[in-house]
Amino acid sequence: MSRVASAFVQVRWASILVVAVALGAYFAFTSPAFLTSSNLLTIAGFLCATAIVASGEVMLMICGEIDLSPGMVFALAPFVMYFVYNDVGLPLWIGIIAGLLVSAAVGLVNGLVTVVLRVPSFVTTLGMSFLLAGLSLTFLGFPVPTPQEGTRFADVMGHSQVAELIWALGVVAVVQIGLSYTRWGLYTISTGGNLLGAAEAGVNVARIKVANFMMCSVLGGLAGTLEAFRISSIDATAGGYDKMFQAVSAAVIGGTALAGGSGTVIGALIGAIVLSVLSDGFTLQGIEAKTFNVILGAAILVAMIVNVTLQRRRQQGAL
Amino acid sequence: MTDTAPAIQIEHVSKRFGPVVALRDVNLTLPKGEVLGLIGDNGAGKSTLIKIVTGFHQPDEGRIVVDGVEVRLRSVSHARSLGIETVYQDLALIPGLSVYHNMFLKRELLLSPLPFLRNGEMKRRARQYLNEMGVAITSVDTEVAKLSGGQRQAIAIARAVYSRARVLLLDEPLAAMGAREGRLVLDLIHNLKQRREVSIVMIAHNYAQVLEVADRINLLRHGTISFDKPVSETSLEELTDVMVEEYRRSHVAVAHT
Repeated sequence: MSRVASAFVQVRWASILVVAVALGAYFAFTSPAFLTSSNLLTIAGFLCATAIVASGEVMLMICGEIDLSPGMVFALAPFVMYFVYNDVGLPLWIGIIAGLLVSAAVGLVNGLVTVVLRVPSFVTTLGMSFLLAGLSLTFLGFPVPTPQEGTRFADVMGHSQVAELIWALGVVAVVQIGLSYTRWGLYTISTGGNLLGAAEAGVNVARIKVANFMMCSVLGGLAGTLEAFRISSIDATAGGYDKMFQAVSAAVIGGTALAGGSGTVIGALIGAIVLSVLSDGFTLQGIEAKTFNVILGAAILVAMIVNVTLQRRRQQGAL
Repeated sequence: MTDTAPAIQIEHVSKRFGPVVALRDVNLTLPKGEVLGLIGDNGAGKSTLIKIVTGFHQPDEGRIVVDGVEVRLRSVSHARSLGIETVYQDLALIPGLSVYHNMFLKRELLLSPLPFLRNGEMKRRARQYLNEMGVAITSVDTEVAKLSGGQRQAIAIARAVYSRARVLLLDEPLAAMGAREGRLVLDLIHNLKQRREVSIVMIAHNYAQVLEVADRINLLRHGTISFDKPVSETSLEELTDVMVEEYRRSHVAVAHT
């Protein structure tokens, strides 16, 4: 095998990229509408928010924890923004920052309850999810339009689909660079890979975990804010468990281990692409809503079986 | 601090856990640059002794002299700051990280003032150091998860020495390892001995291997050193006889009570 090819299969996310390209090729051949620019923008619109939430989820999963609540922060952050802008009367950008700060606070609580009080993060963030979902539906009320519609600011904040895509790719790039080329990434992998060993070597594992909880939450809030601008509406039912499950699925499909210690953000991006292509492609083929989930579920299983098999064969040196 | 002072000297150290006497008047000397093989049955007090030297336990009586200076080891990090490093069986390596990232964990080289890692430079230094030490691995890029047990043990020891350890405590470095794997670790210990930069206490069960690398053998029995000879004055037969005798005596004693 050529050196390029063997270097390629060494890359963790290589196998899922193969799956993504194969899916894209299949739909491109079977549905003429698939490769049109408007359809590609539809796919991009679906995958942006998922990829942003997944970036945070990947870091958290690598350090051995999970967050089930970013979908709820997703709905909460734009409401905080709206409140600060509309009711308090501060500039919109301050509202956006306020929304992200509230998201960070949610992450801080998630992190401290998990790390200091030693409640498993699955339970901590599940409780936080119900809490936030209940609060949102009680106090946030009916959907409201996003402020400053039609301005360049709203466009940059995600109303333009291209802008949202740039945000998503930017977040993926920054977090991946953080993972591969900074101490933060090294310590995150160490914390999830060998908690005791990392602590013995002097890594502040508690701080790494809390920081990643906060980042995951902030990215959930950011994705929700961008998404609100994209659809010009702030809705208490946006995001939710669906968004969280899509993000976790994207991370796992992209090769992040549920048990921690390994994973990549680029893999999660490709995982988000796979999910988007699957749901868009089947919609184009006119599959009924009730059979859609059956096919989507089966396709995810098949994609994962192929991915895991390729990964295992790579580790055994057969590829 | 003098050059002739032993790396570590343990004098009249005792340790009790409630009613259990773990160590009774233990005396042990580790001269600079030497390897001391510490053998003994399970429960003889080997790990308690190691944990006292690493600062994890504090002795009830006796004193510890490091480089000619009496010290009270308050904690593991205090002992580490004095150059005392331990490599445990359950290694502190991170399976998902490359060999060179493991070598440099918490001592990363940064592209200051930027927060980015100097991966190329760390790779180069790790490769050079492991070469000098004679640790054979295909690439320092390899994830530790993909290495064999012997390679991991060798990397863990090399990392401890690279962190400027002056005293190395090896807790059964050859346990659960085949002959070829053990060879890798033994060669590394030979290499370290020749460089004389580090003094080593090595706990082991395989007497042939201990005899091969150690300068002196101490046997710990019921919390006290009951056998202390340089390797040149003992043999595999003698060690085996001593242990068999130990075993018989302790079992007869049990039978009579």
